[in-house]
Amino acid sequence: MKLRLSADAIRLLIPALSLTVLLAAVFWLQPRAMSYVGLNLLFNLAVPIALATIAQMLIMAVNDLDLSMGTFVSFVACVTATFLRDAPLLGVLILAGAILVYAGLGVVIHLRNLPSIVVTLGMSFVWAGLAVLMLPAPGGQAPDWVRTLMTAKPPFVPMAIVASVFIAVIAHFLVMRSSLGVLIRGVGGNQRSVERAGWSVVYARAMAYGLAGLFAVAAGIALVGLTTSADANIALRYTLLSIAGVILGGGEFIGGRVSPIGAVVGALTLTLAGSFLSFLRISPDWQIGAQGAILIVVLALRLLLNRIENREKGR
Amino acid sequence: MTIRKMLLASAAVLVAAMPVSALADTSAKKIALSNNYAGNSWRQAMLTSWDKVTGEAVKAGVVAAADAFTTAENQATEQAAQIQNMILQGYDAIVINAASPTALNGAVKEACDAGITVVSFDGIVTEPCAWRIAVDFKEMGRSQIEFLAGKLPDGGNLLEIRGLAGVFVDDEISAGIHAGVEQFPQFKVAGSVHGDWAQDVAQKAVAGILPSLPEIVGVVTQGGDGYGAAQAIAAAGRPMPVIVMGNREDELKWWKEQKDANGYETMSVSIAPGVSTLAFWVAQQILDGKEVKKDLVVPFLRIDQANLEENLANTPAGGVANVEYSQEDALKVIEAAK
Repeated sequence: MKLRLSADAIRLLIPALSLTVLLAAVFWLQPRAMSYVGLNLLFNLAVPIALATIAQMLIMAVNDLDLSMGTFVSFVACVTATFLRDAPLLGVLILAGAILVYAGLGVVIHLRNLPSIVVTLGMSFVWAGLAVLMLPAPGGQAPDWVRTLMTAKPPFVPMAIVASVFIAVIAHFLVMRSSLGVLIRGVGGNQRSVERAGWSVVYARAMAYGLAGLFAVAAGIALVGLTTSADANIALRYTLLSIAGVILGGGEFIGGRVSPIGAVVGALTLTLAGSFLSFLRISPDWQIGAQGAILIVVLALRLLLNRIENREKGR
Repeated sequence: MTIRKMLLASAAVLVAAMPVSALADTSAKKIALSNNYAGNSWRQAMLTSWDKVTGEAVKAGVVAAADAFTTAENQATEQAAQIQNMILQGYDAIVINAASPTALNGAVKEACDAGITVVSFDGIVTEPCAWRIAVDFKEMGRSQIEFLAGKLPDGGNLLEIRGLAGVFVDDEISAGIHAGVEQFPQFKVAGSVHGDWAQDVAQKAVAGILPSLPEIVGVVTQGGDGYGAAQAIAAAGRPMPVIVMGNREDELKWWKEQKDANGYETMSVSIAPGVSTLAFWVAQQILDGKEVKKDLVVPFLRIDQANLEENLANTPAGGVANVEYSQEDALKVIEAAK
């Protein structure tokens, strides 16, 4: 009898495999990394990236793309390092307002039938402008509770791993197990049939964007917890990293096919790829290219698996 | 008895050895350079100087290794990850030119907690556990006005060319220039443009603002923009003001041509990219157990009418006038800070 894997499991196989291979390679190159402290140093900067990746994944689940992720996380980082510390109530209000703006974007994009890429690209300038207004020069300070949370040292397993698992589990239940998650993915899969079945697509889009805003806010707060202070340009890389993380983790640009656990694994893999190349002592001129090569290899593997999957179905 | 004697003797040896080990030689120590950007002539010269000076130091056995790392993209999050990787790689000291004065503080703190000496220079970090080798950018701006006041006692209108908007260095130099104008009120900044420390940008910006300006007696700059300004002013057919240069080879060459043709006089000021080697020696001294103050100031490199030819001859084509620092220079800077 043949062991049958579900499509979801196959989808997770490649990211999990690439993470394992990379981790083994890093341990071989740098045995020092094989420790509590080492794992934490390798992965702690992946925690905010994982949160941003989940946020991006929620938006990609409704067939949209968020090009303002990096500037939005930077904006949140600036709020966290200034208002959230000095005037916590005002800080919370600003962040809640930002999440509402995100939900509003979803509504506008749906009602006016606008391309999400254009709207979020426009918003990225708004967020960047607000961040510079708040912190014209780099500075601010992380609130103590954020710092304590991000530098906590739980027994046996480093905080970076605990946080990653926690994020993956929460996102999994939210997107794969809750009825809201099914609705959001349904909008990505076949919007018209969801509409005909009597669901409100506006509500689903607004919730998807709002939840994305919530995760992105968490990403900004986590980032400041690690860096201790903010900079208006701190997270610009997150836009592309989050998209790459979703794709690497088995998600797709259209069709509502996403995997929250895969997205977290994808974010960890991307972070690890950077460390791997650095331990290999590859010249920086080649590093971006090498990072791209890792992405291409993983995606090629997935294409191969997809083909096998389709052939199985055809039988 | 003999055992006791031996114990005593070994204890004596230990005591005698103590001061030696406190002075520790650094031949087994590894130092890393974490650099955020390599895309202009200044940074290239900085990396070349690092390679040259540390290469000799490694060969001479002063330190075991001095590896340079540059991040692929000029982003703080990437540099933070790079620093954390260096902690794992077991370096004893990390020398940093930082992408952001604050966004690396978390990673720097991790390094300090792991017992690593962190020295930042040029782009410094604010984390208190790190050492800072800063340039007095304000004084660099102010000294330009002082020089102009000596040359043009009657004063007049100035054009200010600024650097990249929103960068700390730009604010500092500009603040220095404005402090200088307050000190010598015969001068007035009639206009200011952003030249982004690049000749082509500066040329376009100056050409754009020139028609709206009264007569200009001097141009104060931040480096990398003097040649572009000269081209724009020459193209507009205006009388050539005194343009303060920024040690770039094209600027020095233009100055030399003008000097030979019509006795043109100015000065040139910037930071030497070799400051990376000063940071290296400071890190080595700290590893050696020397008491060093957390904040050090590096002198900037000034070129005047008299030593123009000499400096121009030493500057590679397309490069920046440079000084490489020695261990003695580092000791002098450390002493001066005490």
